[in-house]
Amino acid sequence: LTSGPLPTQPPAISKLLVANRGEIACRVLTSARKLGIPSVAVYSEADRAAKHVSLADEAFCIGPAPARDSYLRTDRILEVAQLTGTTAVHPGYGFLSENTDFAAALEGAGVAFVGPPASAIRSMGNKSEAKALMSAAGVPVVPGYHGADQADERLQAEADRIGYPVLVKAVLGGGGKGMKLAASRAEFMDALNSARREALAGFGDDRVLLERYVQRPRHVEVQVMADAHGAAVYLFERDCSVQRRHQKVIEEAPAPGISESFRRSIGESATAAATAVGYRNAGTVEFIMDTATGEYFFMEMNTRLQVEHPVSEAISGVDLVEWQLRVAAGERLPLTQDQLRIGGHAFEARIYAENPANNFLPAGGRLLRWRPPPGAAEFGPGAVRVDSGINQGDQVGVHYDPMIAKLIVHGPTREAALRTLHAALGETQVAGLPTNIEFMRRGGVDTSFIAEHEDSLLERVAPGTDELCLAALIYAAPHASGEPSASTKVPCPEPWRQPSAFRVNHPARASVGFGHAPATGGLELDLVGAGGGVTLEGAALAEGSGLGAEARVEARHVEVTADRVSAELAGRRVRGDYVMHVCGEEEVLDLWVFVSVGDWVEEGQPLVAVEAMKMEHAVCAPFSGNVAELAAHVGAQVDDGHQLALVEAAPAEATA
Amino acid sequence: RVDWSRLGRGITGAAALDASQVLGTCGLDPYSDAYAASAGRMDGLLSRLRADVAHAVEGGGPKAVQRHHSRGKLLPRERIQALIDPGSPFLEFSQLAGKGLYGKDDVPAGGIVTGIGRVHGRLVAIVANDATVKGGTYFPITVKKHVRLQEIAEQCRLPCIYLVDSGGANLPRQADVFPDRDHFGRIFYNQARMSAAGISQIAVVLGSCTAGGAYVPAMADESIIVRGNGTIFLGGPPLVKAATGEDVSAEELGGAELHCTTSGLTDHMAENEQHALSLARNIVRNLGPGTRAAVPLPWAEGAWEEPRFPAAELRGVVPTDARQPWDVRAVLARVLDGSRFHEFKAQYGTTLVTGFGSLYGQPVGIVANNGILFSESALKGAHFVQLCSQRGIPLIFLQNINGFMVGKKYEAGGIAKDGAKMVMAVANAAVPKITLLMGGSFGAGNYGMCGRAYSPDFLYMWPNARISVMGGEQAAAVLHLLESEKREREGRPWPTEEQEAFKKAIKDRYDAEGEPSFSSARLWDDGVIDPADTRMVLGLSLAAAQNRGPRSSQFGVFRM
Repeated sequence: LTSGPLPTQPPAISKLLVANRGEIACRVLTSARKLGIPSVAVYSEADRAAKHVSLADEAFCIGPAPARDSYLRTDRILEVAQLTGTTAVHPGYGFLSENTDFAAALEGAGVAFVGPPASAIRSMGNKSEAKALMSAAGVPVVPGYHGADQADERLQAEADRIGYPVLVKAVLGGGGKGMKLAASRAEFMDALNSARREALAGFGDDRVLLERYVQRPRHVEVQVMADAHGAAVYLFERDCSVQRRHQKVIEEAPAPGISESFRRSIGESATAAATAVGYRNAGTVEFIMDTATGEYFFMEMNTRLQVEHPVSEAISGVDLVEWQLRVAAGERLPLTQDQLRIGGHAFEARIYAENPANNFLPAGGRLLRWRPPPGAAEFGPGAVRVDSGINQGDQVGVHYDPMIAKLIVHGPTREAALRTLHAALGETQVAGLPTNIEFMRRGGVDTSFIAEHEDSLLERVAPGTDELCLAALIYAAPHASGEPSASTKVPCPEPWRQPSAFRVNHPARASVGFGHAPATGGLELDLVGAGGGVTLEGAALAEGSGLGAEARVEARHVEVTADRVSAELAGRRVRGDYVMHVCGEEEVLDLWVFVSVGDWVEEGQPLVAVEAMKMEHAVCAPFSGNVAELAAHVGAQVDDGHQLALVEAAPAEATA
Repeated sequence: RVDWSRLGRGITGAAALDASQVLGTCGLDPYSDAYAASAGRMDGLLSRLRADVAHAVEGGGPKAVQRHHSRGKLLPRERIQALIDPGSPFLEFSQLAGKGLYGKDDVPAGGIVTGIGRVHGRLVAIVANDATVKGGTYFPITVKKHVRLQEIAEQCRLPCIYLVDSGGANLPRQADVFPDRDHFGRIFYNQARMSAAGISQIAVVLGSCTAGGAYVPAMADESIIVRGNGTIFLGGPPLVKAATGEDVSAEELGGAELHCTTSGLTDHMAENEQHALSLARNIVRNLGPGTRAAVPLPWAEGAWEEPRFPAAELRGVVPTDARQPWDVRAVLARVLDGSRFHEFKAQYGTTLVTGFGSLYGQPVGIVANNGILFSESALKGAHFVQLCSQRGIPLIFLQNINGFMVGKKYEAGGIAKDGAKMVMAVANAAVPKITLLMGGSFGAGNYGMCGRAYSPDFLYMWPNARISVMGGEQAAAVLHLLESEKREREGRPWPTEEQEAFKKAIKDRYDAEGEPSFSSARLWDDGVIDPADTRMVLGLSLAAAQNRGPRSSQFGVFRM
């Protein structure tokens, strides 16, 4: 895709430490390995067996599971860097990636930070300062309040001035954390409190800023890359308009419906922004675009490699991590702006362990099955690329981010890429945790799409007849059948080995429970074994399963292995992959409690907030009443489905 | 007879080489009126059977079941379902036990469920009390059924799992429950003997386990008790109160806590039934290989073919008119693997069909009636049974027998002597033996064809089968003849209508007592089965019987 001479020598880094975990650590380590750079991983006690640990040449445990005791421990990481003779540290995204103290400490220790200088991070990290700088550099900014006065009254007044809807954002925040929307004046204080809480928890600083919320915005961001020799290029823009709860869900590059002149203009604004703060290495300048006027405003600059960088890699043909390493080693940018071209169109979908049916509440637990689409490339170019930092069997979303994988597709046109995306999502297999896969498959690509079409996107789909039958057959024909018993090693003789569920003169009745996100249910089946097949009779399931009480399905040639089932149902061959449900998987969520038993609560008043690593989810009173029961205390860890509180409606007041 | 016209059709390649063994429809025309008539009769019998079994499955009725469930207890078949591997067959025995035996006292399935199931890929024998039926107390038939299952387990060397939930012996019927050799005490004797023989005894106490019943877990190699529901004591609180005046709760007297921590009577404490059953599964998983060397059977991995004709056609095999002859090969063609039958001595003693085939890949020798037994048939049978014993091939007896041929010529020809040879061979053949009553089972024919007295490992009946010392009509004729001779000697006249009534009474009595439900209620067999399930039931039983490993046969003196 790229023209021009490319460097063939590896960058001058004798050892690279990756101060991160998960997919981004794996991503960086993969490029390091490609370039022949020795690598060091750090990990927390919870990540002993994590994928990124296995990808590095050396690995060091730096503390217990909580990030503040491990991945955020600058001192320990520096210690490992010195111990191993590391000459460069890649921070990934999140954790210490935008921590100026860390960058400064590395500089002090003579270790290269694969990222911008601390000064640039500081300038861009303080949003108020950044916007002032941008205004000065002639980059347009959105109306807002960035003042130091954080009194409730002042903020309320500023919000009223800016006009609703208003966004409340943590000054030091990013990526949606500590960001809340107040659609009207009535919601403002709630949003403010929630944003402050998240900000305090996430950044140790509860200062917020206010900003006008552009109603039908397009969120366009430009990937930039600058070297230490004063050169800066843009690697085109990404559109990140598909969001829910202000978290990006689907990103694409290039942004659709944008003219070449606009592209050049916004790209040049982005490099100008980077130059204005003396930027070096990879960064992303975010703009908000008013679809009505075609104006764009500077929002913020993310001074790190972003989660969605693979879409830019796909269309530019550049390995951004390689460039980062070269720049960090003091090399010049390998290509000039003139040499960069857009090739095709790319999408990225983030697969999260979360429950779309339950307001996208993050889920945690063991990933019982993980199969990327067949033929997908890993951390490298391909029509379908998967970046994932987890292995099947790992715990997801318990201690860290609930992201399972990023799915990146690349096609000659936007339509082709979308088709590939849809197919690839369909071929991705995740079990053990609810995911947003089905939600994304049904979704379109429009900023307000999710909010507008939420009902249809979240519609509960009852499992089909085939799924029910296969589920029943897995029950009837488990992989255990015919296995030699542990003690004898003698295979079970026929016909005992057959999964016939045979009973003498009466049908075998089995309750088959199953989870079929978002719906769950169970059914009663009579399994009538006969001649190598199984007949499912009298299946009954609540609404819309397609299997009525009188259903009778004959399954022939049933084959069940450890994770696949196939059978001939009514003459059709039906196949499926499955995971036997494992009970007792703990899902640990942190809890905040705002009320106590006996309290009077108004409808809509928050009762408790559940936090799962990154997101806070408030549970509000469904109606006014008294808090009758409270099964929660602050800091408690609860499982999915746990009853948190019971609110009793007020008895109807007697009217005189 | 082999239907030659059908041979070779659709068979290509290597299979064609032994097409000579493939049976045809063997006379059965599933589109004929005769077939429709006999299948229709069978359907009637089957719906009665299914209704009887459905009644047995309901246990003590909806109220008792609801009360049982509300205590966190499962029905015996639900317990078994949770105990055995998902999808495992459960070969249940004698579902009609106790039917009509105790007048007003209805004891569905004898108040106990017995059978064989698969746990972690291993066959186990299971006994489960049904506490919804008379509190799970032991009626005489309950004892008989329990002991019969133990006999099967001992024969087949299957680990035993006792799912105990019983109030012990039925006190009003103690005389028929307690004192005799095969009464209640035999259960514990069997446990002791089997334990000594290396057949694991596992008890799961899911309810009360009182008096003699306390010995079931006590005699077990390993036992589990459910906290709360499970209690074990020799004398319950009322008896203790009466004897010593001591006031004590059932839980204090013999609960899980006591027996797991203090008395040591039980080894594992379970929080609920599901937990208890999963513990039982774990125990089975950790059983050693047993005393038998764990040698894989040579055919364990072999492939087999299903029969070429639908099993359901077996429902129309037996003509409605019992006197009408029919070809037993029609059954073989619907039971044996690939409908293949390698017949032995096809041209000699043709009223007995003998030969080799296989059931789910396990080789079997077939001894099947195809008419009345003559000397040649008996000799052929004796020869074939010895042959199978010599080769270690299990035997399947398919009974449809009116008896041995009678008459001056045959007695003179030594038919009794030849019949004795067959009985001698059958009695001493130490290979697994399974008997199926497809039609009549009358007189000495029952002996030669491995009737219940010959301890086949398993014996089943089709719903149309009849068992008695002779057919009802013959009995009526014989007794009528004796009676009329007696009256003639005494000079008493016998009006024709009285004669007819006399004959009818005898015939009716024989018919009623020859009924499978009459037989099965008394445990003269291991169950009445749907002809369509024949292959499955025989296959499951055969595999279970094979579990004991090879034994050598020794025969007595054959009268020549």
